[in-house]
Amino acid sequence: MSTEKKRTKGEILLEMKDVRIEGFSDDKWHQIVKGVDVTLKRGEVLGLIGESGAGKSTLGLAAMGFARPGCRISGGSIVFDGIDLLKSSEEDLRKLRGSRIAYVAQSASAAFNPAHRLLDQTIETALDHHILDRGKAESDARDLYRRLRLPNPDTIGSRYPHQVSGGQLQRAMTAMAMSCRPDLIIFDEPTTALDVTTQVEVLAAMRDIVEQFHTAAIYITHDLAVVAQMAHRIMVLRYGKEVEEAPTREMLKSPREDYTKTLWAVRKLQMHERPSDDIVLRVHDVTASYGGEITVLEHVTVQVPRGRTVAVVGESGSGKSTLARAITGLLPPLSGEIYFDGKPLPRTLRERDKDMLRRTQMIYQSPDTALNPRQRVRDVIGRPIQFYHGISGQACDRKVVELLEQIELGESYLDRLPGELSGGQKQRICIARALAAEPELIICDEVTSALDQIVQEEILKLLMRLQEETNVSYLFITHDIATVQAIADEIVVMYQGKVVQQGPKSQVLSPPHPAYTELLLSSVPQMDPDWLTQLLAARSARSTRVPA
Amino acid sequence: MHPIVRTVLQRLGLGLLTLFIVSIVIFSALEMLPGGFAEAILGQSATPETVAAFNKEIGLDRPAIVRYVEWIGGILQGDFGTSYAGAGGNIKRHVSDLIAPRLYNTFFLAIMAAVIAVPLALTLGVLAALYRNSLFDRIVNSVTLTTIALPEFFVAYVLMFFFAIKLRWFYSLSTVSESTTFLEHISRAALPAITLTLVIIAHMMRMTRAAIINLLASPYIEMAQLKGIPRRRVIVHHALPNAWAPIVTVVAFNLAYLVVGVVVVEVVFVYPGIGQMMVDAVSSRDMPVVQACALIFAATYILLNLSADIISIITNPRLLHPR
Repeated sequence: MSTEKKRTKGEILLEMKDVRIEGFSDDKWHQIVKGVDVTLKRGEVLGLIGESGAGKSTLGLAAMGFARPGCRISGGSIVFDGIDLLKSSEEDLRKLRGSRIAYVAQSASAAFNPAHRLLDQTIETALDHHILDRGKAESDARDLYRRLRLPNPDTIGSRYPHQVSGGQLQRAMTAMAMSCRPDLIIFDEPTTALDVTTQVEVLAAMRDIVEQFHTAAIYITHDLAVVAQMAHRIMVLRYGKEVEEAPTREMLKSPREDYTKTLWAVRKLQMHERPSDDIVLRVHDVTASYGGEITVLEHVTVQVPRGRTVAVVGESGSGKSTLARAITGLLPPLSGEIYFDGKPLPRTLRERDKDMLRRTQMIYQSPDTALNPRQRVRDVIGRPIQFYHGISGQACDRKVVELLEQIELGESYLDRLPGELSGGQKQRICIARALAAEPELIICDEVTSALDQIVQEEILKLLMRLQEETNVSYLFITHDIATVQAIADEIVVMYQGKVVQQGPKSQVLSPPHPAYTELLLSSVPQMDPDWLTQLLAARSARSTRVPA
Repeated sequence: MHPIVRTVLQRLGLGLLTLFIVSIVIFSALEMLPGGFAEAILGQSATPETVAAFNKEIGLDRPAIVRYVEWIGGILQGDFGTSYAGAGGNIKRHVSDLIAPRLYNTFFLAIMAAVIAVPLALTLGVLAALYRNSLFDRIVNSVTLTTIALPEFFVAYVLMFFFAIKLRWFYSLSTVSESTTFLEHISRAALPAITLTLVIIAHMMRMTRAAIINLLASPYIEMAQLKGIPRRRVIVHHALPNAWAPIVTVVAFNLAYLVVGVVVVEVVFVYPGIGQMMVDAVSSRDMPVVQACALIFAATYILLNLSADIISIITNPRLLHPR
């Protein structure tokens, strides 16, 4: 590449000074980013970390001179390689984008156009900006696919986005960003949507290729352990302001600010397991499928003790959520039995009576879609009280207030609509709704995955306190090992519809592990900046493969 | 077999089934109409005896089931029966002979209007989406909305006044016959075709615009912008291919209207199409002709909707290239 010659490491590539960005809502402009300075040298990787709403993505996009619809860059200066982006015309910015500054989006499956083949999308910018001709661009794309360790690099480009997996798409998107050999790549939470086992490969591939081409990068994430592997320097953002900035190792060893320290603290939440033989739910040899073609659950046997938490872990497609659907009766199993309190449950929802329904409740991953946006908190929580217990009117309202106090909200929330609540508050309302039925078992399906780490911790603590108070059992579905360590008494590891391993937490988490559990546990990013390097070295030494 | 071929065959089968049900509905509905061909032709002074004799002559004295089976059996062999008009005389007038030239004229006009309207509507829709909320967008929207809001006959007379009477570019009357040449036919059908274009363009154009704008918030559109793709290409290359399904549905609906709903325009321009023929046949209770027309209309709707479904499927890579 011609640009490679003028690439000298260490020279300043991007300088953002006192950047202010505003977003329009409620008829007013609000500051989202409130004066942040970023300096990035050539070949350097800067990690931007913070909770959602901290302004990370907005700041990342501003480095391309781009503001999302409804946002505007209202102040400061952004100079990229001597070009003042805020003074450049839209046409000049367009020519920079894709060729000199590229972007890798969070969800590759949404960011790839479903109507076009991967290869055509990979080389689109190179062709449109007349950087390469088609033949050269295509062979270069295949070379990038190979470097990013995509399977069948010569032919994968002729596939459509829906035909390849999420991890492969994310790597293809990195190839797309690399296709013009940009000076700077913005990675916007590129592995957040991936399973831990897939994440390792994607992280390694992205890190290698950025190093190979001396590309500078801004790596945006909310996961400290991930950013520790990728970045040379880390900047912590909160409420649109910089909290602190330091080289990665320094930051991990001795964070200066209290807020940064709280980001570490979450990882330390841990509960000791409490053995119990009082089984409330027994799933015996259950096989289930959607439409009969592919079995999603195969001979699954799981037990949940009363007043305890059983965590079901596994990557997407392992059948975790299907297990929940089978237990609740939403998906009648093909074979096998489900016993509640020793008595067999009818297979379908329709055959179960009201009391059976009451005893199992669910909390979902996304409180946004699980709450009716037009219903007030009073109705959301009041409905199960009326339905299961026949209490209405003032007595019902009193009960709702009691529940609100239990979940640490209060009477003032009675008449709020879901839109007037934060993500964590909405999830609390979902918890209260489940509790309102006075269930014996609550199935929590990835209930903390959509939340920020600090909010996650609060929700987990709340769930644990409620368990002590009401002796409810949890079947806790998650892909996050840190969460499992925090709250589980027992662990069930699932892979491709089968139970790979189950038992008390201490037993499952301590070696020796079955191959898949080993892979899963070793893939969880650690705070150590050398973790990824060491893991890859260890894996290639033992040439551990993903179990087929 | 490719799943698409199976889907298409399935839909085709369902289409035939629908057509069969429609034929029953048409037949029974016409059976229920008060008065018959005999009363209509013989007038109010007809005695019951003459009516009965007349009905016997054209076979109307037999049970409805028998007549239905005969009718449908004939159609399966390509015979639409004979018109009641001229019954009893020496010359038998086959319905197919009556309909064929009219149907040709109707399809000629429909295709002509479609060839003008569909590309125009799509182009305007894409441009309106590209320059959303600009002056151009507003003008296109208000003009097309105006033409759809005005009654067809009014649009027709206004066009006739300017283009036929003032400017003398086109004929005000669209009389065509079998001896009319193709080019002559085009120029005579120009004004009705333009009228129809103005009537159907708004719907298609607005759906194109809406379907594209609906996609502009998608992450892959933002991605295309961040890849430095020019805005025109983003719309045409990234948004449009994903917007076909709703657009073709509306296009099919409007094309069907061009075939079945143009009687007013035909009357205004004295264009010998099938719509006018059907209206005449209804008022004279010439049931074989009415039935044949209704069946053709139903088949048009079914075929066009089928094509829309097929286009929706083949423009969706998820369905065309399964995992």
